[in-house]
Amino acid sequence: MRQAWFIFKREFRAYFVSPVAYIVISIFLLITGWFFFATFFLFNQADLRNFFSLLPLVFSFVVPAITMRLMAEELHLGSYETLLTLPVTVAQVVAGKFLAAAAFVAVMLAPTLAYPASIALLGRLDWGPVAGGYAGALLLGAAFAAIGLFASSLTRSQIVAFIVGMAICFTLTLLGRVLFFLPEKIVGVLEYIGTDFHFQNIAKGVVDTRDLVYFASLVFIGLYATNLSIHEKH
Amino acid sequence: MIQVDNLTKYYGAFCAVNQIQFTLSSGEILGLLGPNGAGKTTTLRMLTGFLRPSAGAIQVGGMDIAARPLEVKRLMGYLPESAPLYPDMLVYDYLRYVAEIRGLGPADSAGRIRRLADLCQIGDVMHRPIGVLSKGYKQRVGLAHAMMSDPQILVLDEPTSGLDPNQIVEIRDIIREIGREKTVVLSTHILPEAEATCDRILIIHQGRIAADGSTEEIKRSAAGEYRVCLALRDAPPEDVRTRLGGVAGVTSVQISPEAGDLLRVALACRSESDLRPAIYQAVKATDWTLMELNQETQTLETIFRKLTREN
Repeated sequence: MRQAWFIFKREFRAYFVSPVAYIVISIFLLITGWFFFATFFLFNQADLRNFFSLLPLVFSFVVPAITMRLMAEELHLGSYETLLTLPVTVAQVVAGKFLAAAAFVAVMLAPTLAYPASIALLGRLDWGPVAGGYAGALLLGAAFAAIGLFASSLTRSQIVAFIVGMAICFTLTLLGRVLFFLPEKIVGVLEYIGTDFHFQNIAKGVVDTRDLVYFASLVFIGLYATNLSIHEKH
Repeated sequence: MIQVDNLTKYYGAFCAVNQIQFTLSSGEILGLLGPNGAGKTTTLRMLTGFLRPSAGAIQVGGMDIAARPLEVKRLMGYLPESAPLYPDMLVYDYLRYVAEIRGLGPADSAGRIRRLADLCQIGDVMHRPIGVLSKGYKQRVGLAHAMMSDPQILVLDEPTSGLDPNQIVEIRDIIREIGREKTVVLSTHILPEAEATCDRILIIHQGRIAADGSTEEIKRSAAGEYRVCLALRDAPPEDVRTRLGGVAGVTSVQISPEAGDLLRVALACRSESDLRPAIYQAVKATDWTLMELNQETQTLETIFRKLTREN
């Protein structure tokens, strides 16, 4: 597992060497900040519900932008050949890269802690849902990172990786929001498959093992598929 | 050290490597030679465990590569073609990263990186990003990457491609230096390079081994037939014809007299071994005067073209 840690360190550092990281973080903060505060004073409520209901949509395209590089760049440069002939297993490579992306999501979320902090100055803020919301955001970010990593392992083009990753994440997010178009019988199933339902549960401050299991299985499926996809290439 | 049995690789229906077989002991430098697309890179990729063979087995140090890939990878240093390394990383950071993954402690890795920087002469580019390096420097960084853990086996895919003549000589010297104790497998399509660096050469054509042996052996056997030329004095032509024609392996004798009692004799030979000692013994038993004895050597280039031209 030490190998996975070294790969994590390299990947995490690589984010901050290229300008992509700073651009993605700025865009993320700009979009969430503007959409949140644009309506915040109209609702006149000291909570972050608006922020957290927006987050899955923003994550659907920001997280694939973070992960698109991870494998596609290696495939494009050919450096995965040097990487995979070092004494590492594919699982260690996948784990290291996934953890780097998940850690980057955490770094990206950190500045938004300024929102609850400033709201707490304006009114009485209930910290329970805020803590739940951030925990949910990290889980959602991890799940999307696993999906994005898988998309990145499919192609040598970062753009294709981004679009495929975004398509999957958007579908999972929107699944819970278009339910009224669908026949009643399958609504329950689709609601369970979509990320939104589980994320909003956690964001309410209700931590249910079913939701945790859901996110854990998304991460597992994403990483397992990545593992298979890399094995397939050599 | 390395044993390869019936190695075969299909890409779809296309057979890139077809039942290649060889063994290699430590301290040998093996050169894979062949035209572009002959299957050199595919063979090396299977040897390093990067590609899975369609059929056949590879044993490295007594371990099967499919069963124990990690142990085998620990024994091996590999430089892929054109050294694909992370362009954004500084040379020093990259080597540090490789040292970490290779399991060198912080104290060991600092010393090792310094030694490799001297050996590969990359001391002055240590703090530059790999992406801005010239091809030659990049190749040398790749070489340092491959040698990081002082591996028993070094696999190099076209280590001198794209380098200028000075750099080629430098890299060759480095490879020969390493090859004294370690096993080196390298691929190239530059013939003089193979001749200069390798103890043994494997000519691959369309996925098959076309010739295998030292440069000398290949020159003799792959050509099939070679000529030994003599100049004799005081020798009756008829005696020469019967005596030298009787040496096992000599297929025809051609005699052309020259001025001053000198006979020029050309012997066509077909043999796996060197016939010169036998011919010399045959001449020694008589009272002829031997003025010249030499073997007409074909260059590796002609042999290579002959072996790889026809389909």
